[in-house]
Amino acid sequence: MVDFMQRPLAQASSAAPAWLQDIQSRGRDAWKDTRLPTRKTEAWKYTSLQPLQQSFAVPGRDAAKADVSAINLPQLGGPTLVFTDGVYRAELSSTVLPSGLTLVRFADADAAQAEQIRTALGSALLPGRHVFAPLNEATLADGVFLQVAANAVVEQPVHIAWLTTGQHEAISITQRLLVCLGANSQATVVETYANKATGGTAFTNGITELLLDRGARLHHYRLQLEQGGAVHIGGVHARLGADSLLSGFHLALGSALKRIDLVVDHQGPGAHCDLDGIYLPRGTETVDYHTCIEHSVPNCTSKERFRGIIADEATAVFNGRIHIHPDAQKTRAELSNKNLLTSNKAEINTKPELEIYADDVQCAHGATVAQLDPLALHYLRTRGVPKEEAEVMLSYGFINELVEAVAEPGLQAFLKPLLANRFAPEPRLTRHIL
Amino acid sequence: MLKVDNLHVRVESEDILKGLNLTVKAGEVHAIMGPNGSGKSTLGHVLAGRPGYTVTAGSAHLLGQDLLALATEERAHLGLFLAFQYPVEIPGVSNMEFLKASVDAVREHRGEPAIDSVSFMKQAREACKSVDLDQAFLKRGVNEGFSGGEKKRNELLQMMLLQPKLCIMDETDSGLDIDALQVVAAGINAMRSPDRSFILVTHYQRLLNFIEPDYVHVLSGGRIVKSGDKSLALELEERGYAWLEDVA
Repeated sequence: MVDFMQRPLAQASSAAPAWLQDIQSRGRDAWKDTRLPTRKTEAWKYTSLQPLQQSFAVPGRDAAKADVSAINLPQLGGPTLVFTDGVYRAELSSTVLPSGLTLVRFADADAAQAEQIRTALGSALLPGRHVFAPLNEATLADGVFLQVAANAVVEQPVHIAWLTTGQHEAISITQRLLVCLGANSQATVVETYANKATGGTAFTNGITELLLDRGARLHHYRLQLEQGGAVHIGGVHARLGADSLLSGFHLALGSALKRIDLVVDHQGPGAHCDLDGIYLPRGTETVDYHTCIEHSVPNCTSKERFRGIIADEATAVFNGRIHIHPDAQKTRAELSNKNLLTSNKAEINTKPELEIYADDVQCAHGATVAQLDPLALHYLRTRGVPKEEAEVMLSYGFINELVEAVAEPGLQAFLKPLLANRFAPEPRLTRHIL
Repeated sequence: MLKVDNLHVRVESEDILKGLNLTVKAGEVHAIMGPNGSGKSTLGHVLAGRPGYTVTAGSAHLLGQDLLALATEERAHLGLFLAFQYPVEIPGVSNMEFLKASVDAVREHRGEPAIDSVSFMKQAREACKSVDLDQAFLKRGVNEGFSGGEKKRNELLQMMLLQPKLCIMDETDSGLDIDALQVVAAGINAMRSPDRSFILVTHYQRLLNFIEPDYVHVLSGGRIVKSGDKSLALELEERGYAWLEDVA
């Protein structure tokens, strides 16, 4: 139906292991029946798919040799998998695994693992919720399977870096991460998507599934650091078992287009989810976060905090849906979205969407849009802080609370200078926030 | 130190100050009193360069420099400090980060060497002690969730660290209980020195029981209508402001 993915679709099956073929074929069939959303589609009202109006290629062979030393990545000291343009780079990775942790690429999965992947893959994706999921499956050649055994506590963060380097023509990359936490297990997973500043256009279709069994605890970080012409349409789909806890942190620097769908399905009573997010588009960039918290069973809680700073002529979209089903009594759900516009031409479209069918629930939501507080700026200046520095302090201060809440110390140490530098490259303007 | 000459100030198309004259010499403490709406706070705001306050005539010089020609931060660098009546809450910017940024900026402009973080931390902790503010306040957002008294003490803390030349205290006594008032007054008294001057803007005589002014001025209708020594404050306490408005 749409030919922008003609080449990747045609070449997909030759690149995938045999056991993935029927998942691919399932994806191909569903994609054939998929109509690309337009501005008339409610969930895509403010986000144009114009950047997809070109023909994408499969990455060439250079991908396996690409030099990515210039890409700034968090150094977390734990198991690390690095992919460049969709190709696994063993020499950049570190695969010493603690006990209880399975971390394997789909391409390397043994028969038993392949069976586990086949069973679990797609199970957190609620039907019809992710328009680009069929395309992801149709072009899926490799992915990462991360499993933590029941009761295992994995202390070291697991880092998966999906890098794009840009080639002479626009390329398409399909990523998939499947995380399965056994009962009462604990882990920290960091996903970093980044590209070379000088890179060409890459369209990443990255889907992550998080399956938490009873009592499991997961810290999940997804950093979308791609800049420039990068297009990323993807999402995180989580299924929470009873008494499990998901703590999610999302960051999106702007690029040509980022559309991320986050869906958290509380399926077991007593589950809790914290979801924090920061988006920082500038120039003419677009970032679109659509979040959906499903409360299907009683006694669950969710707390969502998203902050955006939108500069220049950039556009951001935040849609926060909370859906409380009839049986989900005693649900507590909070949603807060705050936006700072630093220019007259910046645009934010924020919409909380509450659907509540249970009567004994507590649900709070709020969305704000503001500019830098002139009185706060004045106050800082009366104490001698130069105007430019005061502006940087206030902008950073707007997201600081969420950065401070990042529990992984190595990640916080990585994020602070990265974000400060985003507001001002001159060290004299950022020295006091670091 | 400060020379204000025939100052006229307009706020939102309303004339608030209408020819104010005031001279403050080094080491002096001046109290400015007056009824509500007389323009007491406006004087502090306009000297500190608050947006929305337009000078339509007159001049103000601090240490011989044309104050009104300077940007807000440059006035602070020169040695002006305004303790706000309503200090601004800034969530997300830690008090410590804010204090260090302001002290660094002021020292830099005085040509003094930058102070390292460890020594600064020590100074800030000591200053906390002397204004009876728990050190935990250093880590919190600037004034965020502080009580009225805590905000005023935080203003005093900033003043101690910045060591300004001219301190304008805008209704520093308002909203303070007697214990907090004594702490704040003791802090101000400890900072009095021959080369530092104070302007205490206040509605009530109460503060002046703790800080003895050299001069007391009454502001009414945008002008100083009467000046005297500390006995004037007592007279105002007894007779109110109405008789002075008649004089004006």
